[in-house]
Amino acid sequence: MNFFYHLGRYTKTLYSLFSRPEKAAMYWKELFRQMNLIGVGSVGIISIMTLFIGAVTSVQFAYQLQGNLIPMWYIGIIVRDSLMLELAPTLSALLLAGKVGSNISSELGTMRISEQIDAMKIMGVNTTSYLIGPKVLASVLVMPLLIIFGVAFGIVGGLLVALGGTSGFTTTEFIRGLQDPIRDFDTIIMFIKSLSFAFIITSISAYQGFHTTGGVVGVGQASTRAVVYSSIVVIIADFLIAALLL
Amino acid sequence: MIQVKDLYKSFNGNDVLKGINITMNEGKCNLVIGKSGAGKTVLIKCMVGLYEPTKGEILYDNRDFVKMTDKERKHLRMEMGMLFQGNALFDSMTVEDNVRFPLDMFTSMTKKEKAARVDEILSRVNLKGAHKKFPSEISGGMMKRVGIARAIVQKPRYLFCDEPNSGLDPITSIVIDELIQEITLDLNITTVINTHDMNSVMGIGDKVIYIHEGEVHWEGSGKEVMTSKETELNNFVFASKFWKSIKEDQK
Ligand SMILES: Nc1ncnc2c1ncn2[C@@H]1O[C@H](COP(=O)(O)OP(=O)(O)O)[C@@H](O)[C@H]1O
Ligand SMILES: [Mg+2]
Repeated sequence: MNFFYHLGRYTKTLYSLFSRPEKAAMYWKELFRQMNLIGVGSVGIISIMTLFIGAVTSVQFAYQLQGNLIPMWYIGIIVRDSLMLELAPTLSALLLAGKVGSNISSELGTMRISEQIDAMKIMGVNTTSYLIGPKVLASVLVMPLLIIFGVAFGIVGGLLVALGGTSGFTTTEFIRGLQDPIRDFDTIIMFIKSLSFAFIITSISAYQGFHTTGGVVGVGQASTRAVVYSSIVVIIADFLIAALLL
Repeated sequence: MIQVKDLYKSFNGNDVLKGINITMNEGKCNLVIGKSGAGKTVLIKCMVGLYEPTKGEILYDNRDFVKMTDKERKHLRMEMGMLFQGNALFDSMTVEDNVRFPLDMFTSMTKKEKAARVDEILSRVNLKGAHKKFPSEISGGMMKRVGIARAIVQKPRYLFCDEPNSGLDPITSIVIDELIQEITLDLNITTVINTHDMNSVMGIGDKVIYIHEGEVHWEGSGKEVMTSKETELNNFVFASKFWKSIKEDQK
């Protein structure tokens, strides 16, 4: 199976998401279910991760700033901006590629091999738009919120380090840095990254799951591919966004 | 009535169906029998549009499914129900949600009407008190009943059952067969059943079609199966000692 075959089928799958839903109410219901699953279900893990990432970043930057001419309060800016621009969106995306991506692909894969998707198709359901559409849309809607949470928890991580008082900067310095105005462009980049990563993860994982073949073994393989491919594409997109927009 | 005309299906150049011609009658159980690998599932999947035939016509009361646009097919699908070999119940939904799903998706019935219909259908398949259970919490026979209920909840004109007895004990098999037969008569449906179970052939075979390696070798009624002279069919029917002994008794 070559790259272009998959690219073509992936595009076709995505294109079919735009067909008119049979029954809007069913799609709404599914959308809210997915938002709950993806959004509420990921807040915990994202918070824990970004809390530590924020803490580690501030410890390490404080270490690098020591004996330097750059004032210590810069730490606040650095931690905040690197969380916004890179750490929160990208690391969360990689984490979610594992959590949400494998979940979506194994759910759809199981539905495929147990013929649940065929059963829907025979009823006349537009299976791609009902099974994939709400997942992609839900993740695109909740991802920016998750990232905002992530940035906030990362900053809390930095604050906790400052409170600990062993890393060479104070809470006052850290907060002074945080108060430096946020560039609008940074916020835009953060949102662009959140949206694109959410789309990449869910669409690739759904594609892998939806087209699963080869029984139970195939479900496992599809889920592995979902995580690996969506992580790689996230990193590539991360670079492209930075290279093209910054 | 469903007419299949000169139907071919191949996968990567490997012919699985080689010119099938059959007529399935209304209000009858039309059994497609044959060894495993004969092409029964492929035939049923072509008929419902899960596979695209390589060539041929499938006429649903003179409407050719193969030539239809997606939209026309969707319309016709409202008149079809299918029971899958592995049931294909939605395992994230309860029994009643499974049965109600087609109604939720395609009708503008009120909540109350839908609940009433689901109750009616679930009692039609003799399944009571399982409304709130998940597929993983019920027995194989009950799953079949849910599968049947979901397939007929929209009162279809055509019902497809792929190996409805697979995985069931002999007694439950007969009960499920009879249920399918009753429903076929009640709703005057054209029912197509794939099976390799001789009990079903004798019990509910209004019309029996024997397929061997993708070709129709024999057609007739369930009773005629015993007296047929077709070699392949004889090999199939009298493969087991039990049916062989019955034939010898008859002589
Ligand atoms: N999706 C497919 N791709 C390739 N070959 C298939 C596919 N589905 C079925 N076949 C082949 O078609 C033949 C008939 O299969 P099937 O219709 O499932 O048999 P059965 O009569 O037991 O239901 C088998 O040889 C099988 O290998
Ligand atoms: Mg089969």
